[in-house]
Amino acid sequence: MRFLAFFFNLFEPLFRLSQKWLGQSRLAWLFVAPNLLVFGVFTFLPIVINVLYATSAGVALMPSERPYSGLENFEILFECRDYFDFQSCRKDVFWRAIGNTLKFSTIQVTLMVFFSLLTALVLNRKIIGRGFWRGVFFYPVLLSPVVVALIWKWLLQSQGVFNAVLISANQAPIDWLTDRHWAFFWTLFVSIWAHMGFYTLILLAGLQAIPKDVYEAALMDKASPWRTLTHITLPLLMPNLIVVLVLAMIRAVQVFDEVFVLTGGGPGSATTFIVQFIYQTGFAEQIHLYGLAAAASLALAVGLIMLTLLQLKLTRAKDAGQKVR
Amino acid sequence: MVLKFLTRTRHAQRFGWTDALSYAYLVIGLFTLFAPVLWLLMSSFKTEAAIGEFPPTFLPYTQRTVHIDNYPQPLPLFNVTTEQGVVKPMAQVSRIGIMATMVDPAKPQETLQVNIQQRQPVRELSFATRNYTELFDKFAFGKYLFNSVFITVVATVLTLLFNSMAAFALSKYKFTGQKTVFLLIIATLMIPPTIVLVPIFLVINSVGLLNSLWGVILPAVATPTGVFLLRQYMLTIPDELLEAARMDHASEWRIYWRIVLPLSAPALAVLAIFSVMWRWNDFLLPLIVLSKSEFFTLQLALNSFQGELNTQWHYLLAMTVITLLPITLVFAFLQRYITTGIASAGVK
Repeated sequence: MRFLAFFFNLFEPLFRLSQKWLGQSRLAWLFVAPNLLVFGVFTFLPIVINVLYATSAGVALMPSERPYSGLENFEILFECRDYFDFQSCRKDVFWRAIGNTLKFSTIQVTLMVFFSLLTALVLNRKIIGRGFWRGVFFYPVLLSPVVVALIWKWLLQSQGVFNAVLISANQAPIDWLTDRHWAFFWTLFVSIWAHMGFYTLILLAGLQAIPKDVYEAALMDKASPWRTLTHITLPLLMPNLIVVLVLAMIRAVQVFDEVFVLTGGGPGSATTFIVQFIYQTGFAEQIHLYGLAAAASLALAVGLIMLTLLQLKLTRAKDAGQKVR
Repeated sequence: MVLKFLTRTRHAQRFGWTDALSYAYLVIGLFTLFAPVLWLLMSSFKTEAAIGEFPPTFLPYTQRTVHIDNYPQPLPLFNVTTEQGVVKPMAQVSRIGIMATMVDPAKPQETLQVNIQQRQPVRELSFATRNYTELFDKFAFGKYLFNSVFITVVATVLTLLFNSMAAFALSKYKFTGQKTVFLLIIATLMIPPTIVLVPIFLVINSVGLLNSLWGVILPAVATPTGVFLLRQYMLTIPDELLEAARMDHASEWRIYWRIVLPLSAPALAVLAIFSVMWRWNDFLLPLIVLSKSEFFTLQLALNSFQGELNTQWHYLLAMTVITLLPITLVFAFLQRYITTGIASAGVK
């Protein structure tokens, strides 16, 4: 405690002086300065520099040493002889990464919303030990992506427990992480396993905010449980469902850490997603193509902005709809 | 009578099939979510030899060894079924093909040839804590642990300080540009580090923080989530308290740290928990900033060891358990704060 007081007292003279000079209300700027400085240097400045990288060529890190190249990086990324065939593209890995990301996010988000809704509905019932069960479903959310990936890698390795079960059932063992279809399945499964609890919690909060008398009215009218669900619960939960849908989408599009550790993007490029493409192009490969990586991240940014706008539009439409009612 | 008392529910409703389904779902969920973690925990106590066994067992078993005179090394123990059908424990001296040279611990002078079909290893439950202790000798594990703890603690302290200062200004002052500042801070929510990876690398490099723990700490100390959370909380602190302090000629800085900060303790606690989780689990930023192994965090060390060609799983598993332990403990004690915090703020 005394240390804290000593620490804060160190800044007393600075703020007293500034208060005298600036006056009370302009002193606010001094309070927001550290935050704004960090945001400026590490968030807003990088956005500007990103454009500089995306429009320049070469392998130099300093933007001043990079020759201007216009839209060449985007041409490299997006040029294909035949747009129905990834093989014909100049950067076929980029297209593969986009294809994988779209496939991954569509399936993952659908399953994620379904299972987190189901779990939230179950947790919202009168069950014994609700706090405990809520904790159970939430726990994996806190684990780091690397830990999550290693837990599953250990179970799925060729000598792991999954293959032991197969062999004891007289089946041939499966290369879970080196077969392209199975590897893709496990990236989906593991990411849902790790993040479902987060969305469950949001939906549960939404369910608990629904007033009880609505259900009592439904009970009076002898509405069946299914009708209660589809005509009362789901419509009233819609704002939360939209939040979950869009949040899950934004996160799924940026999938990287778990998959990077679990499969490394392989086999081949079967589980290479867009962020991993950016990381590999910019940092992991022998020649660091910063321009190409920056161009790809701008493309990702456009996708994310569109998703955010979609969220705004959906929530606005929802609000408007509720006002009419 | 007792059973009836135990099974009756508060609302005296019948235990319907939907309840049965619900509990079935919960139990399946419990198994799916916790069995993998438990399996990892148990495996981390296996010796290197037991790790390589197939099929694997859940509990860490090792073969019992015995010390016999004339032999310097402890010998592995087997239960040998003799031709008479008697089972007796014998130790293996050496093995060629399917024949093993065995010795009876009771009669150390005689050796005996035994077909390996006729014997079963004697196994016992034993927890190999060496996997954990050896981490500190064989790898720079203490260093990684220190790096992770340092980053987590310093980043959390700075996050709390910076974010609460900004939140104080945004909630307790009226100044020109206030709205713009608030919107700018909220706008950064839309800019995840994944889309500014290359320029962040350049900026960190230009300010000389590449391969420095500060290069991981500084870029993330100004969190929009934290500012938002604290601002919402500080709005509920009555302005009269501040006015009273101003009457007593307290400086604005003093008002901030003697009055507003202590009153915001619950919100600060929630943010502290979040910050610890974020920093401890952080991966992508450290991955591009810290490339020298002496600066690795636990997450980076785990990633680099698992990528090696002949993964030493017994060490890797122990390392993984140590990495997930702090978060698990935080969760076990602060579960209520975390879940309500996330439910109310919708952040992670």
